[in-house]
Amino acid sequence: MVRDGDLVALEGFTHLIPFGAGHELIRQGRRHLTLVRLTPDVIYDQLIGMGCADKLVFSWGGNPGVGSLHRLRDAVENGWPSPLAVEEHAHAGMAARYAAGAAHLPFGILRGYLGTDLPKHTPNIRFIECPFTGERLAAVPALNPDVTVIHAQKADRKGNVLMWGVVGVQKEAVLAARRSIVTVEEIVDRLDAPPNAVVLPSWVIGAVSVVKGGAFPSYAQGYYSRNNAFYEQWDEVARDRGRFRAWIERHVLGTKDFDGFRRSLEGAVSHA
Amino acid sequence: MPERPYTADEMMTIAAARMVRNGAVCFVGIGLPSAAANLARLTRAPDTVLIYESGTIGTKPAVLPLSIGDSELAETADAVVSLVEIFSYWLQGGRIDLGFLGAAQIDRFANINSTVIGPYDKPTVRLPGAGGAPEIAASCGEVLITLRQSKRAFVDTLDFVTSVGYLDGGNSRDRLRLPGKGPTAVITDLGILTPDPVTKELVLTSVHPGVTVEQATAATGWPLRVAPHPAITAPPSNDELTVLRDLLDRTARAHGTHA
Repeated sequence: MVRDGDLVALEGFTHLIPFGAGHELIRQGRRHLTLVRLTPDVIYDQLIGMGCADKLVFSWGGNPGVGSLHRLRDAVENGWPSPLAVEEHAHAGMAARYAAGAAHLPFGILRGYLGTDLPKHTPNIRFIECPFTGERLAAVPALNPDVTVIHAQKADRKGNVLMWGVVGVQKEAVLAARRSIVTVEEIVDRLDAPPNAVVLPSWVIGAVSVVKGGAFPSYAQGYYSRNNAFYEQWDEVARDRGRFRAWIERHVLGTKDFDGFRRSLEGAVSHA
Repeated sequence: MPERPYTADEMMTIAAARMVRNGAVCFVGIGLPSAAANLARLTRAPDTVLIYESGTIGTKPAVLPLSIGDSELAETADAVVSLVEIFSYWLQGGRIDLGFLGAAQIDRFANINSTVIGPYDKPTVRLPGAGGAPEIAASCGEVLITLRQSKRAFVDTLDFVTSVGYLDGGNSRDRLRLPGKGPTAVITDLGILTPDPVTKELVLTSVHPGVTVEQATAATGWPLRVAPHPAITAPPSNDELTVLRDLLDRTARAHGTHA
């Protein structure tokens, strides 16, 4: 469902990050992607380091709680393995872009960016005057990914998806997308979701696939916790181009699926 | 009673925590701000409402989060909302009293940079970027900034303005008609800087015990203005140190790492 050149969002705000699906993009050797996400973290570092992306649209790119994303920095600072164009926003702006995308409105508005240098470098941040009050507001174009990929806790047999905890912008990112893929921890007979829970009905989702543990090393609330040691060790792996390539070749390209990836890591990552 | 030994970082966190008014609704960044805001909640400001940009409202973490969206924040929150909601209804909606930010660079008017060092198109250091900071700096009633003081961080000219303090000083922030009044204090490992009421330039108004004014000016990349009689920050109390150290110990144990 993901094609070369697509605008792709693998969303997740430190929780429920679709690592399993991201690895599959690396295995399939996807190229020339525009990657979108508020918080590109380790999975985007891996995709960028493997040359899958031409462009990154984002608002905060770091290894949460650890520091820099070395592959992202190498691509931006040195053009390795290939130059990476960046389009940079703030979280509030990205959230407004997804919300507009979900509503199929042309743009989102926010009270933001005034006085900052971001509009000088990001032509997609412009200013408008409120037609009612005259207030100067920022306008950002709707974001409508070709494909959004998210990970959630469960789906039922019809493909309705339930998620909870820190839910980020995943609902908006799915509704904004032309196609969507949801990986889940498990498929259950009944979701038993309370009436106001975050449920994505099956008919707004392109495909549901079970990838147990598919958010590792991030976490899935109610299933497993974040593997902080992985994030710390990633800092060392990603610092060096050769070590990074060897790691991907062994653990991602050298395995056929996420289960294989997890097995290949046994002994290689201590569990926090 | 003899003073317990403490580090400059502990003094910074404790001094920052003292600035949090009990009951304030506080939008908190990860790292130093998170440690200070939680210390405030665990000491003299128990009714402080902590909000992290992951959408966790009224969170009461037992240990400091490693990432902005740790499960601990969701599990101990009064409410967890989406990112669209936290940034629109809550932050831009003007419901936050106090924003608490860190930074890589700051200038004399408390504008901050967390984007790049060097030219934007060919940076020498690519930093993580804006995150929630620009709208926190614009929309919160007031802003506290905490970072370590050095010539690398306290610069004459920012390489990039990620978030606005007082722009070019004077009334230049007012002209932007931002909802919040801007930074009210910068708390460092050496002292406390507050904006001049008229020029809005940061003035060294307090030095931490054992720190000289000369040390603070030497760690600043512009000619730092100093109050006529800078105060000496009260040293950490026994209680403040105990609570902070317990918090950091619990955090290190929970994460299996060094906080």
